[in-house]
Amino acid sequence: MAGKIITISSGKGGVGKTTITANIGLGLAMLGARVICIDADIGLRNLDVMLGLENRIVYDIINYIEGRCRFRQALVRDKRFPELFMLPAAQTRAKDAISIEQMKSVAHEAAQMVDYVLIDSPAGIEHGFRCASAPAELVLVVANPEIASVRDADRVVGLLEAETNTPARLIINRIKPEMVQRKEMLAPEDVVDMLAIDLIGLIPEDPEILTASNRGNPIVLNNGSPAGKAFLDISRRLQGEDVPFAPLKPPSFFQRLLGSH
Amino acid sequence: MNWLKLFRRRKNSDQEIAAQRLRLVLAHDRANLSPGMLDMLKDEIIAVISRHLEIDADKVEVNFTEDQRETRLVADIPLSSPRRRAL
Ligand SMILES: Nc1ncnc2c1ncn2[C@@H]1O[C@H](COP(=O)(O)OP(=O)(O)OP(=O)(O)O)[C@@H](O)[C@H]1O
Ligand SMILES: [Mg+2]
Repeated sequence: MAGKIITISSGKGGVGKTTITANIGLGLAMLGARVICIDADIGLRNLDVMLGLENRIVYDIINYIEGRCRFRQALVRDKRFPELFMLPAAQTRAKDAISIEQMKSVAHEAAQMVDYVLIDSPAGIEHGFRCASAPAELVLVVANPEIASVRDADRVVGLLEAETNTPARLIINRIKPEMVQRKEMLAPEDVVDMLAIDLIGLIPEDPEILTASNRGNPIVLNNGSPAGKAFLDISRRLQGEDVPFAPLKPPSFFQRLLGSH
Repeated sequence: MNWLKLFRRRKNSDQEIAAQRLRLVLAHDRANLSPGMLDMLKDEIIAVISRHLEIDADKVEVNFTEDQRETRLVADIPLSSPRRRAL
């Protein structure tokens, strides 16, 4: 049976798509699944550095489409999990160098090899987004709890509903529980309510997400941390496990003293 | 609308303001009708209805309401009180 193709999109840029793709991809691999992460952000390659695999790249997705290498040659194998692969974006090509049909055929080829194909979509709602979401059976829509981001996420949900009818699930990223508690930030329930799609993940703001990706070791590898656990929970839910949503707690006095927040 | 949620919420918190603004923005986006266009629509509705009925134009309200992903346009058009109506 072919693997499940899942695209990570947001509309708005910089809300955490690539971070989430890397962490969920690793999370699924930690749970024993075979995974290919495809970087569909042509011209703005990032997934490689987030996964710490930038030094292993030989070919990219466009080399493969142009017939300059075989599919497996274009894949970069993860150094931690031998069943996790990344297909790099081309860094020096235009955003529209790949057609929708080409992206579909690449994704379907990937799905023949593994259990999950994750596609990291570029920002925006134009060609790059359409390409990335065309092959998807499920789209994970990422929003931060702020007006502009939720608004753009709503556009993505609307487009998916109108054009392809692809099911969508919501990930709310960069939640600051202490600000929600002080009623200074949109509450996750409100965002879910307004977007009216099912929730699959709540991820807290955590500076360690950045330091972890600086080292190329995404935070999910440290699933003792709340953010790491949040990513692993999403991976579990994707596998069909019924993982309850634990309310996010503000960092305790001691955690703040220790300076990790 | 869950009313425990309303109860919990301090009035006019940043959270409440953001949520209200967001609801309105989403309603206009989904309907693809800007606030200015909605005002024009309201004026046109008033003009059409006034041809057939005496209405209290100042009290007319035309707004979007949201129910999940379904948007509707709700017009509340009070008729002028019959006692004030000219003979
Ligand atoms: N939960 C979080 N807590 C703290 N920082 C975060 C969190 N999620 C993402 N970030 C940071 O936000 C920045 C943008 O993240 P990322 O590159 O994943 O976004 P993106 O949606 O892929 O952006 P683009 O639209 O440019 O592709 C990164 O520096 C990342 O470390
Ligand atoms: Mg990105």
